[in-house]
Amino acid sequence: MKATHASARQLGLVSCHACHLLNRIPKVLGHAFAYCSRCGEELHQRKPNSLKRTWALLIAAMVFYIPANVLPMTITSALGTTQADTIMSGVIYFVTSGSWEIALVIFTASIFVPFLKFTILIYLLLSVQFKSIKRPKNRTRLYRFTEAIGRWSMLDIYVVTILVALVKLGFLADIEAGPAAIYFAAVVVTTMIAAESFDPRLIWDVVEEKHE
Amino acid sequence: MHQIACHECDLIHDIPPMPSRGAACCVRCGSVLFRAQENSIDRTLAWTIAGLVLYVVGVSFPFLAMKNGPISNETGLLTGIQLLFDQGIIPLATLVLLTCVLIPLLQMLGLLYIFIPLKLNIRVKYAVPVFRLFKHIKPWSMMEIYMLGILVSIVKLGKMATIVPGLAVIAFGLLIFVLSFALSAVDEHMVWEKLGEDS
Repeated sequence: MKATHASARQLGLVSCHACHLLNRIPKVLGHAFAYCSRCGEELHQRKPNSLKRTWALLIAAMVFYIPANVLPMTITSALGTTQADTIMSGVIYFVTSGSWEIALVIFTASIFVPFLKFTILIYLLLSVQFKSIKRPKNRTRLYRFTEAIGRWSMLDIYVVTILVALVKLGFLADIEAGPAAIYFAAVVVTTMIAAESFDPRLIWDVVEEKHE
Repeated sequence: MHQIACHECDLIHDIPPMPSRGAACCVRCGSVLFRAQENSIDRTLAWTIAGLVLYVVGVSFPFLAMKNGPISNETGLLTGIQLLFDQGIIPLATLVLLTCVLIPLLQMLGLLYIFIPLKLNIRVKYAVPVFRLFKHIKPWSMMEIYMLGILVSIVKLGKMATIVPGLAVIAFGLLIFVLSFALSAVDEHMVWEKLGEDS
């Protein structure tokens, strides 16, 4: 692949988010909107308000993460007794009952992946804000990684909905979705949008500015 | 214009003549600029049609039955979502409906809408916005995660009762692979070039 030594931004070009066509920016951009000449997508040099939006969504997700872990995810009633399970107590149940593979899958998807995503996004945001020029390639890779793993956190939501559907009245036991399920769904959706709001090109803008 | 900017680091590259298969990567950050696919149109269509057949089976048949003595309960994707709506857990029901039913369906129909006209060499209205929408909804199609959820549920309930996997589990299991083959057969760069010629 032959590369030039300049970014689209430095040459006054904008790459379309949707179809990747390079567009020349109209001279007077002001507050008017520009659209891609091939696919009609609104053009932005960088994702609009990338840092602010990512921070806002990330903080919201971290707030939701607390009730998602503290409140019960499922409420099981069997033979007159009810038992409320949080995500963590579900994991512990699997460990003690011997299905440690399942325990590992749920722990990774529900507890570890969201936590990892928070950590990586905070690191990326701070590294851009403090104009770090260290390891831009690795940071871009980290970003790609966070984007890819986030969706797997939906696993526990699906498990809860399947359990609720399968174990319904007519059985000796009954499983209901607990209040944590909604909060947990909110964590997954907000972190996914947060990762999408972050613009990895900001990492490279800093590097280019230092070289100019 | 025969240049492309990396969508992750914005560096401009000249588009080289591509072999029939292979990926071009950014020299600075390593992200894939685009991937050339052999017979992209035929392969995408074939996998998508196979996917739609499996989808119909997967959605309409129950995926699990639970037997406990004389009592037996079956659930499918749609009946499960219906039950969530009945119990008033509307946000969760909507989320499952969107990510596991509507968005995958929309994705496959979108592919047919783009690729059938490309195959027949005709122009259709709204192909450009449809392909744009296809790209935007991609991360929200989560059937493979649902499949993993079914497996976890089988283990979880296996101790309470006898679990009998239904026909839909097989259909879902195949669909995950078929859908991912369909998506990876899409040569986005080629599609945009062809759609761009028309306008």
